[in-house]
Amino acid sequence: MLSSSPSRPAMGLKIACLGLATLLLAACSKEPEVAAPPAAVAAAPGATDAEKVLNVYNWSDYIDPETVKNFEARYGIKVNYDVFDANEVVETKLLAGNTGYDLVMPSAQFMERQIKAGVFQKLDKALLSNLGNMDPSIMQRVALHDPNNEHAIPYMWGTDGIGYNVDQVRQIMPDAPLDSWALVLDPKVAAKFKDCGISILDAASDIRSIVLIYLGKDPNSQDADDLKRVEEQLMKIRPYVRKVNSSQYIEDLANGDLCIAVGYSGDVLQARDRAREAGKGVQVAYSLPKEGSIIWFDMMVIPADARHPRNAHLFIDYLMQPQVAANNSNAVHYPNGNLASEQFINPEVRNDPSVFPGAEVKGKLSPELAVGDDYNRLLTRTWTRFQTGQ
Amino acid sequence: MSGRTAVIALPYLWLLLFFVIPFVIVLKISFSETQIAMPPYQPLLQWAGERLADIRLNVNFGNFLYLFEDRLYLLALVNSLQVATVSTLLALLIGYPLAYAIARSDPRWRGILLMLVILPFWTSFLLRVYAWIGILKNNGLLNNFLLWLGVIDQPIVMLQTDFATYLGIVYCYLPFMVMPLYANLEKMDVTLLEAAEDLGCRPLRAFASITLPLSLPGVVAGCMLVFIPAVGEYVIPALLGPSDSLMIGKVLWTEFFNNRDWPVASAVAIVLLLILVAPIMYFQRAQGRESGGRR
Repeated sequence: MLSSSPSRPAMGLKIACLGLATLLLAACSKEPEVAAPPAAVAAAPGATDAEKVLNVYNWSDYIDPETVKNFEARYGIKVNYDVFDANEVVETKLLAGNTGYDLVMPSAQFMERQIKAGVFQKLDKALLSNLGNMDPSIMQRVALHDPNNEHAIPYMWGTDGIGYNVDQVRQIMPDAPLDSWALVLDPKVAAKFKDCGISILDAASDIRSIVLIYLGKDPNSQDADDLKRVEEQLMKIRPYVRKVNSSQYIEDLANGDLCIAVGYSGDVLQARDRAREAGKGVQVAYSLPKEGSIIWFDMMVIPADARHPRNAHLFIDYLMQPQVAANNSNAVHYPNGNLASEQFINPEVRNDPSVFPGAEVKGKLSPELAVGDDYNRLLTRTWTRFQTGQ
Repeated sequence: MSGRTAVIALPYLWLLLFFVIPFVIVLKISFSETQIAMPPYQPLLQWAGERLADIRLNVNFGNFLYLFEDRLYLLALVNSLQVATVSTLLALLIGYPLAYAIARSDPRWRGILLMLVILPFWTSFLLRVYAWIGILKNNGLLNNFLLWLGVIDQPIVMLQTDFATYLGIVYCYLPFMVMPLYANLEKMDVTLLEAAEDLGCRPLRAFASITLPLSLPGVVAGCMLVFIPAVGEYVIPALLGPSDSLMIGKVLWTEFFNNRDWPVASAVAIVLLLILVAPIMYFQRAQGRESGGRR
């Protein structure tokens, strides 16, 4: 694993900059590692809060462990790093208020509604010196959820697809439709893998979009009849699904306890790596089905009641450093939307079409839009029926 | 304020702080309506104008009516009650002999045996449930052991089954069954049994007509302590049980987290509380009558 400590030349530059800081503050301000004296300029990059603490709430298995350690060492800020595995949990905590978190990473379609509820503060872009590293096309894309990118910076993005145990699937069904959602959603195919184990993400809106794509309908349809079709399809495969869960499948795939999992791209690739490390001969692969899939963005946002907003800005800015962003992508196999980081991303990650889909596949990826409250209730009810058969 | 009043006031203060106030807050939310805001429901009282008379009360009974429109809530409740009943009976079957054995054991050993019953509490509840995942899963300790013994040649699916749910609940709540039973059995007057023996009563008969009836308050207390939390159990079925288990705790979770519908979630909680409070009140009265009769 790469460490994100600065390379020698960068370190030299940093020292040089520090020496000249008083004279050439403007020239050096591009270099984020130069912390301007906190008291001197209030809104300068690198300014910190009086209390050297930062409370982060992010998805599980979603960062290079070195990143947090390096940040703590460099800025002397203690990071309390807490994790979740469902957007719903984050949202409920945020709406209740007083979460104590300074930085949260919800998905864009959830964030959109949370912004409307007044949960987040606007970013102080003067504190984000690395903002220019971000890919303008991605920034434009997420601005659909957050006009003018006022509240949020993308952390990572990814796709939903199918993770599978290569040997077991081949053994059970040599001509399995590996490049299609039919592998999971066609009851005739799914039935064959019942004993081997199928797991599906516990994310109602994701799965509903996927089934709509499989059925050839608009993935963001909020039509009740379309939802009925989705439910019928899901009910047909329900007997063959072992678990509906959003985090356990990484471990289970890696251990060979599961044959097929509908999951997030990077999670499946992490399972693949863990299986390799375990050396028990379990081979995991990721498939982005030909029918298309959904693309999602996880966003960095600062709650309105955050007690350490400056530290949060500092951490966001740190995560946007090209090398740091690359280290995180290398560790978790998700693209980060940071153009400047691409040169530091390992070639095997950079050239992996399951991480960075090609232009043709990218055209078939649909964004997920926020849904209305009434539709959400219908969707949840459908999901409960799918999970329990009631 | 005299010392006596202070002593009496303390439990009432506790009740007020940790029961009445939270209950009133939940009750208040259950009459409200959702909105996109922080918190995600409308205030019950709204000041429309300047004067006191402009206060508007937005009471909405729809959340309670809604619970009867969809069979989901009833089904979940029935299922939860069933799981809780079976778990309680199982805990009683295991807990009674255990408590009896400890109560009748050599006094020198009693402390250690009791200690062993309480010992699991020194580890986090969540950790103990997770430990069962490690034991029960296909690739887990138990399956590997059985495979090694040659008893089975294919792993038995135990995790994410109803079996695992019952196992988890019985395991976690067993001490709550054993403790009140032990306290009761230990206090029992053994000379009664000696008298029965002198009069030619067989041990089994003596147990049925003396020990069992005398230990009933312990049985009821233990069953309550297991049954009530088991009805609302969320963590154990979520981690060990199958994805299709429908428990009221899970329904509460979906209302609260997936639907963001705090008012309906609160309504479910209120109804559940009312259903559970009834047996507790009955138990309290039964106990009151019994202690009254003894005096």
